[in-house]
Amino acid sequence: MSPQSRPRLLLLGVGVLALLVAGVVMMRSPGPAPSDASAVRGAAKAEPMAAGMFNPAYAAPEFSLNGSDGSNVTLARYRGKVVLMTFGFTHCAAVCPTTLATLAQARSLLGKAADRVQVIYVTVDPERDDAAHLRDHLAAFDRSFIGATGAPDALAAVRGKYGVTAVRQGTGPDYVFSHTSSIFLIDRAGKLRALMPFGHAAGDFAHDVNFLLAH
Amino acid sequence: MRPLSWNLVRRHPIAAALSLLLLAGLGWAAFAPVRVASHEALFEIPRGTYAHRMAGEKVDIFPQTIRLTLGLNDVMVLRNRDVVPHIFGPALIMPGQSFRLPFSTASTYSFQCTAHPNGGLSVIVDPALAPGWDRLAWRLRRLTNAA
Repeated sequence: MSPQSRPRLLLLGVGVLALLVAGVVMMRSPGPAPSDASAVRGAAKAEPMAAGMFNPAYAAPEFSLNGSDGSNVTLARYRGKVVLMTFGFTHCAAVCPTTLATLAQARSLLGKAADRVQVIYVTVDPERDDAAHLRDHLAAFDRSFIGATGAPDALAAVRGKYGVTAVRQGTGPDYVFSHTSSIFLIDRAGKLRALMPFGHAAGDFAHDVNFLLAH
Repeated sequence: MRPLSWNLVRRHPIAAALSLLLLAGLGWAAFAPVRVASHEALFEIPRGTYAHRMAGEKVDIFPQTIRLTLGLNDVMVLRNRDVVPHIFGPALIMPGQSFRLPFSTASTYSFQCTAHPNGGLSVIVDPALAPGWDRLAWRLRRLTNAA
């Protein structure tokens, strides 16, 4: 080896060493790669709520419908509670039972805080969902759930206020509805704070309810 | 007898060092975690959208299909700057209001949307960028766009 090439080789050695150190530091750097499931959950957890949040939050549109408990269902009746409201029909085969079961599970997860939550299930199918039928149907999920029904025009007006759609499909006794499947989250002061698209787990609802109870 | 590569390194140490640096850079680009300052993907309904539509004008506000990537831009922010409420994606959004929706599951979401002429909006949420080609390609695209 010539004396002139020694510095170059030394430089090369230092460079390789620096790359190795940099590689080790990079591999040990905090924070998982985003491809990991935990990292994706981490990104979601960085948000205050799992649901989509409105900013600013306005008062949730009020309504008065026939409750499955025989009384009038209004939002004002549940001031001081977090209201989880969704729209559906009792003959729904997939989406509505999943939503109701998820909300029932969320109340279980909440423990004592469940007393500060009210689920309201507004039917889009008043023809088949009268108050008594709603009561029996909802009791299979959670006896605290309140169903709301009324005249078709009254129900359509409530849907309009919330941007909910419900389109009847099919004829005969087995007709169904294609309807909005999101769940509205209304805080203790009656403000519409957030909207949870269909498909979230009970833990997300429990998390968001706790957030609304605290904020 | 020494391998040919070692002889090359001895003859061209600077070129060898630069090649190593390039390889290390590509390795970093392909495997280093992707971190972005903001996860937001913002979409707005401009003021006057409803009026233009009522006047019979064609109004294209944003793509009918929104494509997001987990870990990169997985928080969709919908803002209504119009003077009337709009069903924008999954939510009825009042004038001046915004709706911030985080996604945590890769899937295709179909929503109604009155801001679109046909009333529909699809949001495709892709999985997070995988280590390797996905991350490398994303960084190269970013570099190209910046240049």
